[in-house]
Amino acid sequence: MSKRFIYQDQDRCIGCLACEIHCKTENDVPVGIRLSRIVPSGPTMIDDVPRMSFVFMGCFHCSEPLCVEACPTGAMIQRQADGIVYVDSDACVGCRECIEACPCSCPQYNEDTGKVTKCDYCKDRIDAGLKPACVTGCTTGALYWTE
Amino acid sequence: MNSTKTIYSICGMCTVRCPIAIEVKDGAIKHIWGNPHLLGGFNLCARGAAGKAFEYDNERPQYPMLRVGQRGSGQWKRVSWQEALDYISTRLDEIKGQYGPQAICLSDRGGPNTDLQKTFIAAIGSPNYFNHHATCSNSVHNAHISVAGYARNAVSYDYKHCKYLVLYGRNMLESLGTAESRNVIDMIGAGGKMIYIDVRYNYTAAKAAKFYIINPATDYALNLALINVIVNEDLYDHEFVQRWVIGLDELRHFVAPYTPQWAQQETGIGSGEITTMAREAAKASPAVIFHPGWMTAWGSNDFYLRRTIYTLNALLGSYEARGGLVINKTPADVGIRLRSLATQVPRPGGERFDGCGTRYKHLGAQWGLGQLLPEAILNETPYPIKAYIAMRHDPLASMPDPEAFKVALDRLALLVCIDVNYSETAWFSDCILPECTFLERTDHVIAQNGLSPRLLLRRQAVKPRFDSRPRWYIFRELAKRMGVGQSFPYDSIEELIAWQLQGTGLTIEDFDHTGCVELTSQPLWFDRRDGLRFNTPSGRLELISSTLEGASVASFIPFDRPEAIPNGLFRLVTSKVAVHTQGRTTSNIAILNELVSENQLWINTGRAMELAIKDGDDVEVSVEGFSGRITARLTDLIHRDVVFMLHGFGDSVAVRSRSFNRGVSDVRLQRGLLRLTVGGNCPLTECLVAVRPI
Ligand code: SF4
Ligand code: SF4
Repeated sequence: MSKRFIYQDQDRCIGCLACEIHCKTENDVPVGIRLSRIVPSGPTMIDDVPRMSFVFMGCFHCSEPLCVEACPTGAMIQRQADGIVYVDSDACVGCRECIEACPCSCPQYNEDTGKVTKCDYCKDRIDAGLKPACVTGCTTGALYWTE
Repeated sequence: MNSTKTIYSICGMCTVRCPIAIEVKDGAIKHIWGNPHLLGGFNLCARGAAGKAFEYDNERPQYPMLRVGQRGSGQWKRVSWQEALDYISTRLDEIKGQYGPQAICLSDRGGPNTDLQKTFIAAIGSPNYFNHHATCSNSVHNAHISVAGYARNAVSYDYKHCKYLVLYGRNMLESLGTAESRNVIDMIGAGGKMIYIDVRYNYTAAKAAKFYIINPATDYALNLALINVIVNEDLYDHEFVQRWVIGLDELRHFVAPYTPQWAQQETGIGSGEITTMAREAAKASPAVIFHPGWMTAWGSNDFYLRRTIYTLNALLGSYEARGGLVINKTPADVGIRLRSLATQVPRPGGERFDGCGTRYKHLGAQWGLGQLLPEAILNETPYPIKAYIAMRHDPLASMPDPEAFKVALDRLALLVCIDVNYSETAWFSDCILPECTFLERTDHVIAQNGLSPRLLLRRQAVKPRFDSRPRWYIFRELAKRMGVGQSFPYDSIEELIAWQLQGTGLTIEDFDHTGCVELTSQPLWFDRRDGLRFNTPSGRLELISSTLEGASVASFIPFDRPEAIPNGLFRLVTSKVAVHTQGRTTSNIAILNELVSENQLWINTGRAMELAIKDGDDVEVSVEGFSGRITARLTDLIHRDVVFMLHGFGDSVAVRSRSFNRGVSDVRLQRGLLRLTVGGNCPLTECLVAVRPI
């Protein structure tokens, strides 16, 4: 795993999908691709109240990323410094091996560019001392950028 | 040029109007965040964040358009602003000359940015301004006026410190505002209890401490029983009630028969639960909020439900209490006078088309009764209405029974829409004037009233992408052409703002750094013993309202059990999700539409099985004269008599390619509900529909 990750506080999450829209907006992600995703499940009756859970699914930035291993051009990169896994889009040829290799299909194919795109924790923001867009914009403050 | 800057402004994606921070890079929007100076973080709801996608969408009006074919045919010609404004002002002058100024009416969606249109309609001499609240807050607004002499929005809610929050169908965590939802989550995190009452479960119910599925249209019965327990068990705030509340004896007498045992029969909520709720609320008081609701166009007697909600707050002393209902302080409370154009124009006399203040003495004229417009147009009573300007208001998408509304609109000599969208009404109009989006225009300064009153400003962040104009320009130009230009004494928005701020010592630059001007350093609390002010005739909270009695409207009415639903039909109830707002602002935005592109019909599992409907089946939902095809979603957690769908789908404007024809329109099913009720609201939940498998 990368050194830092996104922690989601289930008690605060209301399933409003603002995190997804902040992600999309920040990274200009086209319709059809969702780099982060809220997966609702429920309702489950607990003490007579129908509880929902909203699981925030993004890239795990695995410590031994299969996508990086699968990439024939070296476009899929794990950053030394912090373990963030990202695509160098100049080097990406759109072969989609990484998508095949990833157990949760985190990398996604962008029809518009003919290349793969994936969550990079908004690394430009991270490098500027900021937090990922989803964490920053979350309506209720349910997401935390954690060491 | 490569530059990044942040512009503080006000969101325009829904009517909550959250403060925002717009990141602009090389003249284009990069991201829209919450304004951290006001929200305590960059948090912003999905709709607000999608403001960028809205700005860069081309499926919105791009230049002034004049109709060339039949109304609604979609045949337009592009015209210049000069031509459009000349056309409109000439028609308006003709109508004014022939029928008088009252033949012209104008509506918007209410809120703080209404000064220009109110100034315009008053300056040309018409009393006929109204807003969208017939399908929104009329009943809660008029209820609060009768109890406290205050508008609905003259109080705010101190959720963060609240210990007990009761919500009646106020789906706060889906039909949400950024700060409100976050504050309520904070409240729950700090141990506050949220009690949620509705006819179906939703994401708000999922966070509640207690959730009750109530029999439809019986919330009033629940409240009568809560009041019964509170007065009989002597749980009310004696000091507060003695000082500030009148009518307790009459109330005590009135609620005597309405015991929790009785209410259990009516509501389906156990009598023990009701008693506990009353006791727990009292124990938490005054840090208690019985939320009066926002969109309250529910039933015929909704007004009385809202009056009992305010009554519960009054009995438990939650007005002006930490964790309760806080009376909003205004700039005037700290000696700041923000000038307003509308107050400079004499109020036009004469009867309003909707009878507010005359035929309906207890209903406030400041919001009006839009549901009476079709009748007034068709019958020419009290006089002919010949022109209508819809300003960012879309009655054909938000009022019940748009087909009936259309018949009346078609009788007008002039129908103009000023909008940023191809609204349903715009598509049916004679002329569409594209307004600059909220990201492309600066508006006048507005006051945000509250514990700490402040001034806010919506500011232009980017250049308009199309041939659109800001509202300050549109109304000034129309006014000039109609000979009342003196009511708009400015040549730019900066000049108007300077005029507004005259005498305050402030300038527009004072908004640069944080997007607002704080007017106090400390929150302002009135003294609960001697400093409260209520704008009722008595200056107190009136459980027996002298205004109502004067208008021959009862202060309390007995609970009437809702009529049994005829065999096989369902009551249609609607609400919203977090990614879409009402009307048509968000439904066609690509990245929001991608998440929720159509509505489904929620139906009780047992009822569905009786009809041989399975989850995911397509079904027909119908009323006489209209039917739609929609996907059924089965759940045990909806009342047997109710079906539910999201509001705002079934778009009929084909140029909105993503939302066109997706889902079913709730308003088209709400036939015959352009009705006036005692609170001024349309009774939208009195819509009965048939459902059958297809
Ligand atoms: S924005 Fe926050 S609250 Fe909303 S769904 Fe995402 S994580 Fe949950
Ligand atoms: S609630 Fe969302 S859409 Fe509405 S004003 Fe706030 S940020 Fe904008």
